[in-house]
Amino acid sequence: MAARRGATVELREVTKRYGDTVAVDHLSLTAPAGRITVLIGPSGCGKTTSLRMVNRLIEPTSGEILIDGQNVLKEDPTQLRRRIGYVIQQVGLFPHRTIGQNVATVPELLGWTATRVRARVDELLSLIGFDPSRMRDRYPAQLSGGERQRVGVARAMAAEPPLMLMDEPFGAVDPIVRERLQNEFLQLQRAQGITVIFVTHDIDEAIKLGDRVAIMRAGKLVQFAPPGELLAKPADEFVARFVGSDRGLKRLALLTVGGADLDPPVDPSRLDGAPVLAPSMTLRDALAEMLASETQVGMVRDGDRYLGVLTLSHIGRLLRTEKPK
Amino acid sequence: MTPGEPLIRWDWLASHVGEIGQRVGEHLELTVIAVAVGFVVAFVLSLVALRIPRLYGPITWTTGILYTIPSLALFALLIPYTGLSLLSAEIGLVSYTLLILIRNIVAGVRGVPAEVRDAARGMGYTDRQILWRVELPLALAVIFAGIRVATITTIGLVTVTALIGQGGMGYFILLGIQLFFSTALIVGALGSVILAVLADGSLVLVQRALTPWTHAR
Repeated sequence: MAARRGATVELREVTKRYGDTVAVDHLSLTAPAGRITVLIGPSGCGKTTSLRMVNRLIEPTSGEILIDGQNVLKEDPTQLRRRIGYVIQQVGLFPHRTIGQNVATVPELLGWTATRVRARVDELLSLIGFDPSRMRDRYPAQLSGGERQRVGVARAMAAEPPLMLMDEPFGAVDPIVRERLQNEFLQLQRAQGITVIFVTHDIDEAIKLGDRVAIMRAGKLVQFAPPGELLAKPADEFVARFVGSDRGLKRLALLTVGGADLDPPVDPSRLDGAPVLAPSMTLRDALAEMLASETQVGMVRDGDRYLGVLTLSHIGRLLRTEKPK
Repeated sequence: MTPGEPLIRWDWLASHVGEIGQRVGEHLELTVIAVAVGFVVAFVLSLVALRIPRLYGPITWTTGILYTIPSLALFALLIPYTGLSLLSAEIGLVSYTLLILIRNIVAGVRGVPAEVRDAARGMGYTDRQILWRVELPLALAVIFAGIRVATITTIGLVTVTALIGQGGMGYFILLGIQLFFSTALIVGALGSVILAVLADGSLVLVQRALTPWTHAR
């Protein structure tokens, strides 16, 4: 599977009005190819409306939407939708079709041969961690919520779309399952290089999954930036409140121990009880371990190499100076 | 009842097996035609009501009126136009199935979860594909509930059409009443009930075969 097959999506001055209400107000943004662009904001900010205009489930009042330079408003909506993956919070699996038939939906609409469909279904079921021979012929009602959500993602990916639209896809599962689904999805997305536009109201999810995050309010784009920048330099009071007063801590989750300055190594016997940290650890996890120890510092080791000592003031300095990625 | 007459004369039963079988066949024929024609008409009207929601009210109102006309009166009204014929019987029987069938078809389709419809549209199904591949299959359970009620009601009503020379088991009921002959009365009434129970059971089996997802474990 080619790594670079994601499409670039460009919204130009897109507006949606319902009577006197403006749901989306001159929204312009570009979702880069092969990346996850998250739309986030409070209820009614227009994020879902914006998403649904990309595959024309909602028609814009004005403006242009381009996928790889092609104006979607000039295409046949059903043909357009077959080229775009679509995942929603309630999943919407077809209850009367087996898991295999559900995943096969779009390939069958596109007229793939039965053998090709079958092979693709099995490939996708394996990709989401299912044993195809065991799961293929089950019905959605026989699956757990998390399993159904996985099938929803597999179904959306079935015809190898260059773009996926996801509307709070992990919103209806419990936090543990959600975290696992997020991690699995990130891996899949990175491996397949699909462009994703992702709607959520959960700022932690946005920071974790988004390559770029668009914060919306009352139909307008307030800030569009990588998550690190959003946390380090919120554009205004609204964004600062939205990302939360703990945004410093959230930033730590995006930084790793390897990126921090360290004190030179100190004899481990003098640091009794100090945790051992790996360079790949997030600073948030490192901080948690350091705070729990008596010494309040951590020894950074890369395998056998003892690199140095991380202290609280190093973390503080990093937060003040680190250029957001 | 004639005094001294037993409730059931088994010798009469034995000598009329052939005729009973023939009347059962008639009864089933009248029922199947009525439900089948009724379903086709109801299906078309339901599609119209689903496409143009403001017509749903007038359609159910009209079929509701038909449903409330007493069957005896309806058959009497039809005789001047269509005579003592199969057609008269079927016009009446069909019109009684419409309300139940339309209500269930429309409710079944409307009952399809919004997210299933949204996902179908979002993946590139046309409206027609959504109707035939998603909405109608998912509505099958509710539609079948309607077909079952319509079938049972029709099996009962068929007996009344004996009055216009049709009637299946109704023939025996009429005979029993005219001759004060309890054996025929019981054969007609009980036969109709047994037919209804068997028909309902068969429809349940057909429905289960058509909707495997509703009972998968």
